[in-house]
Amino acid sequence: MIIAERKPIKEILSFLVPGEKILVLGCGTCVTVCMSGGEKEARELSSLLRLKGWETKDFTLERQCEPEFNLRAKEEIARADAIISLACGVGVQALGECYPGKKISPGLNTTFMGMPKEQGLWEERCWGCGNCIVHLFAYICPVTRCAKSLMNGPCGGSKNGKCEVKPDRDCAWQLIYDRLKKENQLEALYAIQPPRDWSTSRYGGQRKMIREDVRL
Amino acid sequence: MSALEEILRRGEFAVTAEVGPPKGTNREIIEKKCAGLQGFVDAVNITDNQTAIVRLSSFASCLIVKDEGIEPVMQMVCRDRNRIALQSDFLGACAWGVENFLCLTGDHQSMGNHPQSKNVFDIDSVQLLQILKNMRDEKIFQNGEPLKGEIKAFLGAGENPFADPLEFRVIRLAKKISAGAQFIQTQAVFDLEIFSRFMEEVRKTGLDKKAFILAGVIPVKSLAALSYMQNEVPGLVVPDSLVERMREAKDPKEEGVKICLETIEQLKKIEGVRGVHIMAISWESIVPDIVRGANLYPRPRRS
Repeated sequence: MIIAERKPIKEILSFLVPGEKILVLGCGTCVTVCMSGGEKEARELSSLLRLKGWETKDFTLERQCEPEFNLRAKEEIARADAIISLACGVGVQALGECYPGKKISPGLNTTFMGMPKEQGLWEERCWGCGNCIVHLFAYICPVTRCAKSLMNGPCGGSKNGKCEVKPDRDCAWQLIYDRLKKENQLEALYAIQPPRDWSTSRYGGQRKMIREDVRL
Repeated sequence: MSALEEILRRGEFAVTAEVGPPKGTNREIIEKKCAGLQGFVDAVNITDNQTAIVRLSSFASCLIVKDEGIEPVMQMVCRDRNRIALQSDFLGACAWGVENFLCLTGDHQSMGNHPQSKNVFDIDSVQLLQILKNMRDEKIFQNGEPLKGEIKAFLGAGENPFADPLEFRVIRLAKKISAGAQFIQTQAVFDLEIFSRFMEEVRKTGLDKKAFILAGVIPVKSLAALSYMQNEVPGLVVPDSLVERMREAKDPKEEGVKICLETIEQLKKIEGVRGVHIMAISWESIVPDIVRGANLYPRPRRS
């Protein structure tokens, strides 16, 4: 899922003008699960802004990344002077496309595509490179989890299973090595991985997916 | 053929050193460092924005080194340039007569002085070796298109026998050699036990016959420098006994040189070690003393 975290309150306040009627708009999908932009968080931010002197309301959509859902907040949005969207970057943009001319500010910083690891801990797992190869690496993506996206083994900075770049992060290659060794499949690492085709990733420019079979 | 390649092929024990370019345009700094090394080393590695700190470029520094009559080893890292730029610089360096290249992944930019920069890592060091080898031998670019002109390149790679996972290091070395590495310069050796075990594995797989392995050494000036390497530099293993020796030394510089010379003596005895790479970082002036002290002077001449 998409992981996001709330912007510092100081930054959110900097978006607002005294006297504005504010709508805090939550999103019921990814950011609800990672506890940063769901109904509960929208209500909390709304109360906080009310304490600071603004007239606020909160409303949570099932998801903000699709226009048809965004239209369901039409009346609430019409009544507000400014919207704080607690959706990911996709949601804020979708909202912006639906409501031209409306002042909409992002309340979250979208951080990564990842998963919950423990209560209160999320970790990045996918870069969306457009060319999945995790099956070659014991389901540990070196593109995402190695700080240098190395394809042919660990660099010289792997120590005690940790990455030199951020010593509290596991070295992806140590994880890959350990798991393949355990499964007696180390020879999978002997092959030289050729240069990757990055054109499927963001480096090829903005991406689009067209499915002729489902188009109307 | 580069002098370094020729010396190694003749079976002579090679000596290389390292010169870090300055943080500015003053070429005299490089010239001065070279003057001191003249006649004491077979080639000099020029670092490529080492530890991700911006310095005069490796390519330009190599040309200055050549002007001084010393053979450069141009280091190329994958952090700052994509396959387009790396191939382009390789062609440029070949056109200027640079003949030795060391392909490295490169330190992460967060270690350096522009931690907010983007990195590249379009390809890794193994892929870079393969690309340069194909440019030389097959006369093709990475995309398969033909290139014109002669390429004389002696290709090298780094390897760190001390980084984790230790058991993977020989596999990685094998990949680098099969990708195109003809010589290897290792991370600095302080722990001879780990290094000997690594070399044992290397010999078992016959890799010492497929590439020339030069063991890295670092002469240390002070206890503080050695402790820093022990504690702060990932991928370096420094035994406590050496730290103790430095602590008790009356003259730390002298002791540092002594440790370095003892290490070289041991390295010479390890089968498969074909030379040493002396990384006297900001202490290049000590290299002649080390080469003399290790009985590696005078250096062999080109035939």
